[in-house]
Amino acid sequence: MTTQVMVQSLLGGTLIGLSAALLLLGRGQIAGISGIVGNLARGQQGAGAWRVLFVVGMFASPLLYVLVAGTGVPGALALPLPLILLAGALVGFGTRQASGCTSGHGVCGLGNFSARSLVAVMLFMGSAAATVFVVRHVVGA
Amino acid sequence: MTRFLQLIVPLLSGLLFGIGLILSGMTDPQRVLGFLDVFGQWNPALALVMGGAVLVSAPAFAYARRNGRTVFGLQLSLPDRRTLSRPLVIGSLLFGLGWGLSGVCPGPGLVLVTGGTWEAGLFVASMIGGMLISDLFERRRTAAAVPVSAGTQLGDCG
Repeated sequence: MTTQVMVQSLLGGTLIGLSAALLLLGRGQIAGISGIVGNLARGQQGAGAWRVLFVVGMFASPLLYVLVAGTGVPGALALPLPLILLAGALVGFGTRQASGCTSGHGVCGLGNFSARSLVAVMLFMGSAAATVFVVRHVVGA
Repeated sequence: MTRFLQLIVPLLSGLLFGIGLILSGMTDPQRVLGFLDVFGQWNPALALVMGGAVLVSAPAFAYARRNGRTVFGLQLSLPDRRTLSRPLVIGSLLFGLGWGLSGVCPGPGLVLVTGGTWEAGLFVASMIGGMLISDLFERRRTAAAVPVSAGTQLGDCG
């Protein structure tokens, strides 16, 4: 890992932590992306304008980044179509069943010293690492 | 003024979250898969991102636990920290499977809808489909279970 990557990681992580702190102390809500999207998708009355605004902010972030940095957002999903659909469905179903994802259980749950979130994080990271192991080193894709 | 803050806080929070994900390289599935590939060329960047984020969020949660209110005096309730359940375990394992296949979790998925290519839109659409299926499971489970009082419901960590 280069020094540049190290600085980027810590700086980006700090901003994510600030975002979670701001939403918690300013609005009393948890910055958990799967919960925010899941509650909006449910289309329930009273899902809250705050969830819509949070998602609008996230959607706007690449536009701001491109304007300021002058380069595109790094990252592209290069995967066969059926795998994109399968992975997306698993992520959506799994995070809602688990009541949280990398943000809700990771950034927020670990920050709240939650044993329940620690278990969730270890399970989804373990399962993801096992999946990558099979894909890269057993199947050899 | 308070009304204004109520609107600006979540908007700013979403913006900060997205910028943080982009700057840290977490929108790049290859960077994420590099962290998950513990038996290959391991890239610890994700651990630094999460560590940095938790260092900032932890004092905020400590304040929230102690005061039970936002800085504007609004009541706040924190998620349950102890209860382990079958859905938590099975859901986390399934989420990990999808995350390991794609290198994308919900946050970066959302950012890539406007910052990436059309494949990300498809990923998020399928993710929302999975969430709705989870809701159906949830409804069946609560219908079958003995009703519990509101006070014992599990907190949603998002």
